[in-house]
Amino acid sequence: MAFLKSSPGSLEPTPEHVARIRSHSRAFGRHQVLREIDLDIHPGEFVALLGRSGCGKSTLLRSLARLDKVPASEVQVTGRTSVAFQEPRLLPWRRVLDNVALALLNTPRRGERAALAEQTLEEVGLTDKLDAWPLRLSGGQAQRVSLARALVSNPSLMLLDEPFSALDALTRIEMHQLVIELWRRHSMAILIVTHDVDEALALADRLVVLDEGRIAQSWRIELPRSDRAPSQPEVARTRAEVLKALGVKPTPPNPNRNPLKNNVDNQGAA
Amino acid sequence: MHPMTTTSPVITGRDLPAAAPPGRRRRAPRDHPRRSPFGYVRRWVSPLVIVGIWQLLSSTGALDERTLASPAQIATRTVQLIQDGTLGTATLVSVQRVAIGFAIGAAIGVVFAVAAGLSRIADDAIDPPMQMLRTLPHFGLIPLFIIWFGLGESPKLALIAMGVAFPLYLNTLGGIRGIDSTMVEAARSMNLSWSQRLRHVIIPGALPQTLVGLRQSLGIAWLTLIVAETISAHSGLGYMINHARDFLQIDVIVVGLAVYSLLGLLTDGVVRELERRALVWRS
Repeated sequence: MAFLKSSPGSLEPTPEHVARIRSHSRAFGRHQVLREIDLDIHPGEFVALLGRSGCGKSTLLRSLARLDKVPASEVQVTGRTSVAFQEPRLLPWRRVLDNVALALLNTPRRGERAALAEQTLEEVGLTDKLDAWPLRLSGGQAQRVSLARALVSNPSLMLLDEPFSALDALTRIEMHQLVIELWRRHSMAILIVTHDVDEALALADRLVVLDEGRIAQSWRIELPRSDRAPSQPEVARTRAEVLKALGVKPTPPNPNRNPLKNNVDNQGAA
Repeated sequence: MHPMTTTSPVITGRDLPAAAPPGRRRRAPRDHPRRSPFGYVRRWVSPLVIVGIWQLLSSTGALDERTLASPAQIATRTVQLIQDGTLGTATLVSVQRVAIGFAIGAAIGVVFAVAAGLSRIADDAIDPPMQMLRTLPHFGLIPLFIIWFGLGESPKLALIAMGVAFPLYLNTLGGIRGIDSTMVEAARSMNLSWSQRLRHVIIPGALPQTLVGLRQSLGIAWLTLIVAETISAHSGLGYMINHARDFLQIDVIVVGLAVYSLLGLLTDGVVRELERRALVWRS
């Protein structure tokens, strides 16, 4: 029933949180995956969730997506959620348009789903692929369809589970731009789960690092997205801090390749 | 003669998932083995030559009429059997048997497979007995079926149903189990209900494998019909053939066999067409 709240044009007051997580813990057998997580996501906020493999970030995403049963007292989500996964997970036996339209099957706008799907596919730049079969798309195109499918139901919270990690570097940059564009236009909240610190720095308002099921640290980035070159001191500093929080040590200098020392030696020999 | 025409499609059916690359598919059957525009005609030369030699041997008396009738004689007999209605009635009776037996067996196979594929409890209950029964050669059940059902229609239908149920059960279940669970999860993330997931994900996902099972089971259905009708029948193609044997009418036997194989080819063609339409997304 929750999705009714996000129907367009509704006059309900904007809630303060689209998602509120309070002391959320989860365990699989004896393995404690999430421990006492507290996290709020505000409407229209872009949050990046970082962490090493197995730190519980995908589990947290599944809790938010209601893919797993979690107590309502621990995880509250207002409005509709949608997910784009690492693999596009399109139905190969439905054409691109139908794949997107399927996400509207249980929404109030069910009747106009073909038109809405077409409109959303146009937004992700796939107007010429409406009737294509998913197996004939490239990886980047399929991921665009997957984004369109997550977008079409007009979610208040879009969950992205490492959606660009399988794409080549250039396509990934294009997808980053596309996501930012869509996010600005639709102003939903986004939670992106990623391994890629630079991706998180380029996209998010807030970075959250998860470590062994706990929120280890978080950063807020106020810089405009156009201004986030890696050389920017604030970006570079945050990057170093995030990597440190993730347990990645900076590359040590090569002791055999000290230009100053070489010069001295050369001079001595000459 | 007939067993070959019914079993060979089963093998091609297995090969089908590795479909030809896109674009090629439509041309593939024609341009693959031969390139000349007369290639298609050329394929007909050797069968016609064989029939020609056969006719020659019969006409000269080298091939005894009591061993194998001449092609001309068979053709005349075919026309005669069609005109007096014998062939039409016999074919109709046989087709009806296959249709009813197939429908019963297919319903059992598919319903059981869907139940076992979707429910853990049903799987535990249905799968073990099905796996045990499938090792039983169904022709071996003929004596038992005759004792249970007598010599009428029911043992024939039961035998056909039995032969049809297992390939459809195994293939449909395999199809359902082979569905990518992440796709079902994606459907859940879109809030699709159980019945919507069944309709949009499970059924289309299991369909390719089910169609392979369909082709296998149709082949088995015709084979079973022939065996069942040969053992005992008072109507149908098998009866026509048995009756002809008593009167040494070799030509009638040959006509009956030819109709069997044509029917097998026909149903196989129907499934092939069904596959072509239902599985366009794979090309």
